[in-house]
Amino acid sequence: MQAFGIAIEPWMLQAAALLAKCMLVFTIIMTGGALLSWVERKQSALIQDRIGANRADITILGRKITAKGLVFMLTDGIKGITKEDYIPPKVSAFLHTLAPFIVSFCAAAAFVVLPFGGSVELPWIGHVDLCIAPSEVGLLLAFAILSMGVYGVVLAGIVSNNKFATLGALRGTAQLISYEVTLGLTLMGSLMLYHSLDLSAIVARQGHMLRIFGHALPVPAWGVFMQPLGFLLFLAATVVENKRIPFDLPEGESEIIGYFLEYSGMKALIFMMSEYIESIFFSWLVVILFFGGWQLPGLHMEQAGQSGFFFFGQLALGLPFWGAVAVAAAGFAAKVGFFIWLFMQVRWTLPRFRYDQLMHLGWKIMLPLSLANLALTALLAYSLKP
Amino acid sequence: MKSQRREMSLLERVYYPEIVKGLWITSRHFFKNLALHSLHALGLARGHAAMVTIEYPDVRRPSPAASRTRHRLTRRADGTPKCVACMMCATACPSDCIYIVAGEHPDPAIEKYPVRFDIDMSKCVFCGFCVEACPKDAIRMDTGIVELAWHDRRALIFDINYLMREDVAIPAGDTPAAFKLTQLVR
Repeated sequence: MQAFGIAIEPWMLQAAALLAKCMLVFTIIMTGGALLSWVERKQSALIQDRIGANRADITILGRKITAKGLVFMLTDGIKGITKEDYIPPKVSAFLHTLAPFIVSFCAAAAFVVLPFGGSVELPWIGHVDLCIAPSEVGLLLAFAILSMGVYGVVLAGIVSNNKFATLGALRGTAQLISYEVTLGLTLMGSLMLYHSLDLSAIVARQGHMLRIFGHALPVPAWGVFMQPLGFLLFLAATVVENKRIPFDLPEGESEIIGYFLEYSGMKALIFMMSEYIESIFFSWLVVILFFGGWQLPGLHMEQAGQSGFFFFGQLALGLPFWGAVAVAAAGFAAKVGFFIWLFMQVRWTLPRFRYDQLMHLGWKIMLPLSLANLALTALLAYSLKP
Repeated sequence: MKSQRREMSLLERVYYPEIVKGLWITSRHFFKNLALHSLHALGLARGHAAMVTIEYPDVRRPSPAASRTRHRLTRRADGTPKCVACMMCATACPSDCIYIVAGEHPDPAIEKYPVRFDIDMSKCVFCGFCVEACPKDAIRMDTGIVELAWHDRRALIFDINYLMREDVAIPAGDTPAAFKLTQLVR
């Protein structure tokens, strides 16, 4: 194929598709992260019968525009960049600056293995997986990258030359490592049920109806129906890993006496931004592991040449192929949006746990329960055998 | 001594039902207010407030009719002050913030009028004794203005011209949609 006088090779089109996927995910997490600061303000305002931040305005063509407080996304950025970037005395400026970048890098890089769709056949380009880096070990990779984020937390606390920041970092480390046990054990359940660490495969295997001992049940084979206990444990553990209220002990949100105590301006905003990006990540992951990803009950694409909603094997509502894709994408976005909403709602509902309660919950309640979940899931996995 | 704290029931110790209860309360507020805001955007359900906030400089809370706010001097039909410079208010004032210089009025039936009538707002305690003492209903505290902060103390000594200005007065109990604070700055 020729375009603009250059021979277009297939690898060029593949590279362009990869770049487009990177751009898409990058746009989603960056605008999503900024948008969540607005969502957080407005959602808390609605919960507490307030209006929420609405006084920032820009004048365009003589009209004052506040856009329901969305202008704050801009003003927050300007404020962060123009504020003094304070580096405490007697600390390594390099390490002090590195810490927020480690945290934000780990939060953003974990998205490379998250699929946002199955695979599509595009004209000229051919087969494209809707995932930046489809991997056989996607789930492990996501958690490997995400766990590296704890180094940013430790570094931020230790290099700040401040006792409170150091203590915050120690609390953060203990909290993150304790709850990764629960997180890992609930993932083992998913592994037993889906026999794969590939996130696309995990979603694909949730696309049919649940069959126990060969009997079809009227529920989709979503993770939440197969291991409800595992879902609750995983959901709680993700809130802990996200370091948000009610588990904001590393940061101490109301007192700001945590690991990024000595950070100001844009660096502090980067820490907060990473938290929002992580909450998008965890919502996305919960939907992939427990809510069938982009699958909707009965929605199939290209089944015997037909797309649409199927009811007991019969086509109930036919849709064109791209229409079915749009419905699936909207369903996926709605599910992810719901979990982001839920995380925000939890953050504005619950009081903070005391530190001993946190450790008690993690090691004495959630760890045994996740082991029990593992046993239950093993029984279920046996019953699912055809 | 035995602890007075009530033992938690099993459901409370499991904690998940309690979380759901809390989420129920916050979600109820969230969805109710979201629906009301949406209806307001469509121009419906104006009578139901979606928030308790009063956006103060733009919207003012109605003050009770009897509330004592910044003073004003009332006028006769011809526009001159009703005040006869009898010094009753200055005598009644516990914080000694009223300063009056009397002058001869051309009308023999009135006798006197104030050449100067200054109120030092930095001293005033808003007791309302001056209003009670006035025999001519010349001084009132019904402007509805409570914004009395300046960078300079001398600016808080209000003279007769300022106290007789009618364009800054807000009738008590009324809420103008957009009352501009800049109107007050001299």
